[in-house]
Amino acid sequence: MTLSVGPQHPGSGHFRFVIKVDGDYIVYCDPDPGYVHRGEEKMCEYRNVIQNIPHLERPVIHDSTNVTYSYSLAVEELIGIEVPRRGQFIRALASEMNRQIYTLYWLAIYGIFLGHSTMFMWPAGDRELFIDLMEALTGARVTHAYNIPGGVRNDMPNGFKEKALRQIRYFQKRLKEYEDIFYNMPLFRQRTEGVAVLSKEDAIKLGVTGSVLRASGVPYDIRKVEPYDIYNEIDFKVQYMQSGDSFARSYVPFLDMKESCYIMEQLLDKMPESGEVRAKLQPNPKGPPGEAYRRVESGRGALGYYIVSDGKPRLYRVKISVGSFRNILALPHLLVGSRMADMPSVYWSLNYWPVEADR
Amino acid sequence: MSGEQKPTKPKESGSTSSSPSPPTLPAKTKTSAMAAVAAPQTGIAKEPAPPKFEKGLADQLTAEFGDLVKVLFVRPLRLKILVEPTNVVSVATYLRDTMGFDHAECAGGTDYPKDNQMEMVYQLGSYTNEDLGPQILMLAVRTNRDDPHLPTLLNVYKSVEYHERETFEMLGIYFDGHPRNDRFLLPEDWADLPPLRKDFRIKGR
Repeated sequence: MTLSVGPQHPGSGHFRFVIKVDGDYIVYCDPDPGYVHRGEEKMCEYRNVIQNIPHLERPVIHDSTNVTYSYSLAVEELIGIEVPRRGQFIRALASEMNRQIYTLYWLAIYGIFLGHSTMFMWPAGDRELFIDLMEALTGARVTHAYNIPGGVRNDMPNGFKEKALRQIRYFQKRLKEYEDIFYNMPLFRQRTEGVAVLSKEDAIKLGVTGSVLRASGVPYDIRKVEPYDIYNEIDFKVQYMQSGDSFARSYVPFLDMKESCYIMEQLLDKMPESGEVRAKLQPNPKGPPGEAYRRVESGRGALGYYIVSDGKPRLYRVKISVGSFRNILALPHLLVGSRMADMPSVYWSLNYWPVEADR
Repeated sequence: MSGEQKPTKPKESGSTSSSPSPPTLPAKTKTSAMAAVAAPQTGIAKEPAPPKFEKGLADQLTAEFGDLVKVLFVRPLRLKILVEPTNVVSVATYLRDTMGFDHAECAGGTDYPKDNQMEMVYQLGSYTNEDLGPQILMLAVRTNRDDPHLPTLLNVYKSVEYHERETFEMLGIYFDGHPRNDRFLLPEDWADLPPLRKDFRIKGR
């Protein structure tokens, strides 16, 4: 029997996959994205370098700072700009806060799809902590347009450091409760442990990224492997697990949130008290003809921008490589042979964001 | 809940890494193709001196393939090479098996109507080799714009499957040997030019 899941199905987001089932087992799966495709790459060819920032955020509004982070790094490499030191710290801080906002949203959806209503409400509520902080920092709640080539738009407001530290400490206590109520719950364990195992060899062969890769035992995190801005001065460990099942894929982002709190504390602690936050740029910056490829570790893995410039204010070509698009390759691999009831647990453990895959 | 097993404690990175030994970088060099390195085609404003490790990778490739591989630029952590369509599969196989680039992070095409060409670039990276971890090797291959055909790298890098399908749809490049050169992201009734070609204009612009 052939089933078409999505694109309006609440379990798939704006994404469809065609599956064939034999009894209770899935025997065929064909992911079919494209329902929210908006042509971001083409739009980049019609706007100048700075004007690209607000619309590039749209594919992943919950993780908007990381999306523009990667773009800004690529443009900086092309033009040859150095970001001031304080600007680098604030950038990294905003990036970590966005990672929390995204991961909490994902965790909320994952919780509700495994029938755990509390795990929908708690992360959805705790997101507000970081959304409030981002609002205080940037003036916007969701899409901030905060990262620009050369640094960040504004300096931190007064009293932000104390407020942020207070929120982070509260959130660290909450994370312990998440672990007790969700990750240690026998029902959740039964639905995820040993389900849809992705071996280390297959993960490397499929080229998956982010938490999916790290759950299969490959400790690869762009922040550690190719540190950008001040990440080489920050002490943190790459979070990874060995089992490669749905549980590991859902637990690695949680470990990332813990580590991210630790990173944010260090960033706030080591940040220079004053200084410039953005390099001086021409109103309409343009670089020499050339190419650049830069990437950051976003909430869903490596997020890279390949940009080509022909020396004009508008970029000649922008190619975006995103974690979601790379990870859907693992979906047929994992779902074929799984049971129908495991589908939500497998699908959401891939940390998938449909709009990002389509761009 | 007391008997519940705690989640596996993550270990420090690198402690269990099973990376094979790094590829040996031969000292012998061929000067013919390396002339392209001395005069980089592109570059950032403050071009640093060519890094040793990246130059070693370029030297290894030129030693193996001679003039079949053209080194376009060497930059810290980024090396770009251009190959002919007929050699791309053998070069990619060598990059995977001998040099350790085990996956493709990104792959995408660019339209150059002035040259009547289209360029496909594969950004290759390595998960297994720690030395190559931060490196991205850009493998470029060009094709004629009027009848764009390229051999697929699907049998070398499984991870390019959806990237090549996307490129087929957005630029109209046929990947010979790819099982699915068909509709992917665009609407099912799309009957216009491939949208990332330069002669496709957004309405009203």
